[in-house]
Amino acid sequence: MIEGILVGLTTALTFQNIFMVMIGCFFGTIIGMLPGLGPMTAIALMIPITYGFDPATGLILMAGVYYGAVFGGSTSSILLNAPGVPGTVATSFDGYPMAQQGKAGKALAIAAWSSFAGGTLSAIYLLFMAPTLSKVSLSFRSPDYFALMILGLTAIAAFSSKGQFLKAMMMVVLGLMLASVGQDSLSDITRFTFDNMNLTDGISFVLVVMATFAMSEALTIILKRNDPTAAAKQVSLTELGSIKINKEERGKMYKTIPRSSVIGFLIGVLPGAGATIASFLAYGMERNLVKDEEKEKFGKGSVNGLSAPETANNAACSGSFVPMLTLGIPGSGTTAVMLGALLGFGIQPGPRLYMTNPEIFWSVIMSMYIGMVILLILNLPLIPYIARVLAVPKNYLIPLILFFSITGIYVMSFNNFDIYLMIGIAVVATFLRLYDFPMPPLILAFVLGGLMEENLRRSLLLSNGSWEFLWDRALTVCILFTTILIVLWHIYKTLTKKKS
Amino acid sequence: MNINTTKIISLLFFIFSAFYLYTAYQIQVFAFDENAPFNARTFPIYLGYAGLFFSGLKLVLPDPDTIKVEHITLEYKKTGILILIAIIYGATILKVGYFLTTSLFLFASYYFLGERRWILMFFLSFPFVAAFMYLLHGVLDIYLRDPFLKLIGVMG
Repeated sequence: MIEGILVGLTTALTFQNIFMVMIGCFFGTIIGMLPGLGPMTAIALMIPITYGFDPATGLILMAGVYYGAVFGGSTSSILLNAPGVPGTVATSFDGYPMAQQGKAGKALAIAAWSSFAGGTLSAIYLLFMAPTLSKVSLSFRSPDYFALMILGLTAIAAFSSKGQFLKAMMMVVLGLMLASVGQDSLSDITRFTFDNMNLTDGISFVLVVMATFAMSEALTIILKRNDPTAAAKQVSLTELGSIKINKEERGKMYKTIPRSSVIGFLIGVLPGAGATIASFLAYGMERNLVKDEEKEKFGKGSVNGLSAPETANNAACSGSFVPMLTLGIPGSGTTAVMLGALLGFGIQPGPRLYMTNPEIFWSVIMSMYIGMVILLILNLPLIPYIARVLAVPKNYLIPLILFFSITGIYVMSFNNFDIYLMIGIAVVATFLRLYDFPMPPLILAFVLGGLMEENLRRSLLLSNGSWEFLWDRALTVCILFTTILIVLWHIYKTLTKKKS
Repeated sequence: MNINTTKIISLLFFIFSAFYLYTAYQIQVFAFDENAPFNARTFPIYLGYAGLFFSGLKLVLPDPDTIKVEHITLEYKKTGILILIAIIYGATILKVGYFLTTSLFLFASYYFLGERRWILMFFLSFPFVAAFMYLLHGVLDIYLRDPFLKLIGVMG
């Protein structure tokens, strides 16, 4: 292994490859900040360029773009509540409120340091555990995945504040219902399309995220313009705040980062899970682990609430390389695109990759760490300038948010219907937000919907329609037991609070 | 039972779930799939029942933390106009083209939100969209349909 690491270091530290990581990180950050153009688009755009290089350099460039795009997505999540990337949706839960309180600089700095720490730790995990983890990830079967989805959805308990549990559950169901629109993945039978061809492919994730977060946020700001509290917010928005993280905040991050990096990395390793689920789970776990006093701050600008998903999504990015490089199974949509590029180079990823092409395997792992360092060097000095977006007057900022949202959808589909649908969903979401219906559970359910149905289908077909698969395997039972514990803990906390 | 807007929303969700469930039962599956342990309508049926269950609970259970919204302070008119402008933007973007419709959408939105600094409004619409369009179309090579620019010979 030492020999492999040295080969990787030698390859990654060439001038050309360092330059490629820098270009990738910079380009990825810009693309990630544009709603609708996530890492998948950015990497897809890079594929024709990478064919001009050798495979290791090409893959290093794509890894840089990937990290950059995830960080760029966090920036638009924090400043505009418009997550450019699904994996950064959870970042907006506390990052955006923090920016609203005039601490945009600090929020971006916490995000940058958490991303760096998450990426660094996961690069270390990757270094030592990649071959072993690839074997473990193979032991996950459909019932385990289904149980994992259930666990992910119980994380909504973390998002719902006092008295909001049922509202959150209704939003979960609504998210799953929206995800069920379109062709059934196995039989190709169309569902809930009402003979409308535009709905055959289902509703795009970016559309739902843009409608429920960016657009509805913009509409809510206009709607509440005369609200005196909104006017106070407007004043605080012009303050960018310091980017320095104080001792107390650092103390909170020291606790959050290690545990979130572990959960992020492990979720990233599971094929099909990815950064989105990792960030939601890390957020939920963090909320359950912090003290009651800190718990109250979740959703209102908590340092732990911002640091956890940021650490986890970057750790998951590294983790998702494990199944791709060692098994040839992509851990996320983005790594699927990268896998396609790798096959284009004539390289077959699999358990023998780090024997047949050690320079590719180890140089990608080494360049991940270098990418993290470069991302930090690039982004930290730019924070005061990036944060100035918030100082733009609302009269300009709101139309620009609407413009970015609509453009994001337009460039994806070139279709009027999607724009109308987005406006419709945004109007409903704005109304629901007025009455405190939480949107994060809807998004999480929408992401998990397809995977959940797929795994339930496989489990039920294999067990011939019996629900015994839920307690057939120890791993499934463990995950479900954790889920039950979380729900019981939530109920217990609610009851004890009521009594006190 | 205390009737408030949250309860009305829950009732609407209950009706929506009932409609969803009805539609789920109407999904046509292949004859050989009809009695399979899982087919295209299985998951939606579970979802329909889940929707009925949770919204039903919300309807029936007491709601101590009622959210009160001060409708008088809300800017319905401006929000409505902005939504209308966005709909018109969506309706014209394909026929007229990206550049002109987007620029006009931004300009009109600034105006209806109360902005009157004409020069700034102009710079943050037409040149801004041109620069953004160059980034998408020219640099990132993302195709943007624009009959208007084609007509005046700017775009090939």
